[in-house]
Amino acid sequence: MDIKAEITAQFKQVAKEQDKRLAPLTDNVALLDSGLDSLCFAIVVARLESALGTDPFSEDEDARFPVTFGDFVLFYENAKS
Amino acid sequence: MKMPKANPATIKSSTIAAGSLSSRVLAGVDARATWAELVNGTILENAGGAALRAKSVAAELRGKSIVLATIDQFRAAAALVELDGIARRIVLFPPDVAVEHLAYVAKTAEADVLITDHDAAATAPHGMGRVIRCVRNLMPVDGADEEPSTIETEWILLTSGTTGLPKLAVHTLVSLAGSAWHTDPASASLVWSTFYDMRRYGGLHIFLHAALTGTSLVVSHAHEPVADFLWRAGENGVTNISGTPSHWRRALMSSAANRIAPEYIRMSGEIVDQAILNQVQAQYPNARVAHTFASTEAGVGFNVNDGLMGFPAEILESNPLIEMKIEDETLRIRSMRTATRYLGEAAPVLKDADGFVDTGDTVELRNGRYYFTGRRDGTINVGGYKVHPEEVEAVINRHPVVAMSLVKAKKNPITGSLVVADVVLNAECAASSSSEPQRDILQFCRAQLDHHKVPATINIVATLPIGESGKLVRRA
Repeated sequence: MDIKAEITAQFKQVAKEQDKRLAPLTDNVALLDSGLDSLCFAIVVARLESALGTDPFSEDEDARFPVTFGDFVLFYENAKS
Repeated sequence: MKMPKANPATIKSSTIAAGSLSSRVLAGVDARATWAELVNGTILENAGGAALRAKSVAAELRGKSIVLATIDQFRAAAALVELDGIARRIVLFPPDVAVEHLAYVAKTAEADVLITDHDAAATAPHGMGRVIRCVRNLMPVDGADEEPSTIETEWILLTSGTTGLPKLAVHTLVSLAGSAWHTDPASASLVWSTFYDMRRYGGLHIFLHAALTGTSLVVSHAHEPVADFLWRAGENGVTNISGTPSHWRRALMSSAANRIAPEYIRMSGEIVDQAILNQVQAQYPNARVAHTFASTEAGVGFNVNDGLMGFPAEILESNPLIEMKIEDETLRIRSMRTATRYLGEAAPVLKDADGFVDTGDTVELRNGRYYFTGRRDGTINVGGYKVHPEEVEAVINRHPVVAMSLVKAKKNPITGSLVVADVVLNAECAASSSSEPQRDILQFCRAQLDHHKVPATINIVATLPIGESGKLVRRA
């Protein structure tokens, strides 16, 4: 499964549901500038857990939080590998 | 500490007593003042937009019940300094509570006066006879208050209720300020800040701490992006800062997280897990990271300073002024810091016969340490916002395809919890597979509920467990 495509799809879906305007999802865009708020990220993480079977935020208590969209994708890719 | 009822200490008198008035500041998003300017200023305007004189403020507002509904926190802070000791009652109406609730809140608090900085509140059907605007930030008062006598003002904080209407919890300056009466000369160099809105208990606690112990304070703004707030906090040299675990998770996701270099970080308002303690400590290696148990009703319970989630059992006995016990798995607190009661007819009882407030927070004892496990009543805490499952179920159950529903929490690493729902469709709809009931139900919820109350997912299930009492089984 293409993890980045799944993440991108969830960002778009949640933005649509929550009436948020999503910034173009380049690797360098800061998560907090993406147009999503904390509640949106919470929903994205919950849905990705269902879709990908992993929640890297909860798996490692010492993990650093991702800051950019690229970090976020890497965070999930590393968790799966 | 027992305060005399006649001429009690006020924020203004205590702030003056704390000293350093000219060197410490209150910094808002677009206003900034020294505490000297605050104690001598006014934000209240007459019809022409000029300052109401202190004398007329005292004459007109003395003994009144006032709803303070500003968007801006700086204005709220200034109004509190101005009105504590004069008003009979001040209701703190946060900007995230719908203005439709103003009329209910005003009626319950028997309020006569609305103070606001925005049209939505001023023009809402609120039932208060007098509206005072405060659009400008702070104006010097022309002439001092001729009648310095003060009364003990009741402070009313709103908390969420199961029906969707807010509950009004009654505090006084004494119960809110707690031990913050003792000033320390070293305080003048501290700069406190908080992610909380000061109309909420966690934020109000920090505001009073800053005012009464003599520190500077940086307040956030409801519409301010987190990165902007962190930049501003950094520019103001914040040394001490508090927020919920969700506030901190959001801060750590910001590229501006490194704009602040606090010496002391405090978390409260939600269950603190080990991950967020470790992550915050890793980002700010030089900070002392603590977490506090506090709630609007129960006041401040205790601080945990050992860097671990949960709390050591002996903490329950550690403070003779705050009595704590675990009964039926929930934490109960009796102290001067608790709210005294709820306002309103048929208001729920806040304290038991012995004066203990049941926090409703369930705990579990493992190896000499207690860990919070959730809420007895099933209340879900989504990033610091309480959600009562019954309110969400009531909306879902009104949808024509739904037979019954169960709303519950799902653990989440960003907001602590999320709302999810199990839904049983009525027989007719369950038989037809053509529609997309989840999507319809979610749209229905979005039209009627605040964002954080809308379920993140809806699972269609065949049945829901019913207990012997005939009620839905809420806990596994």
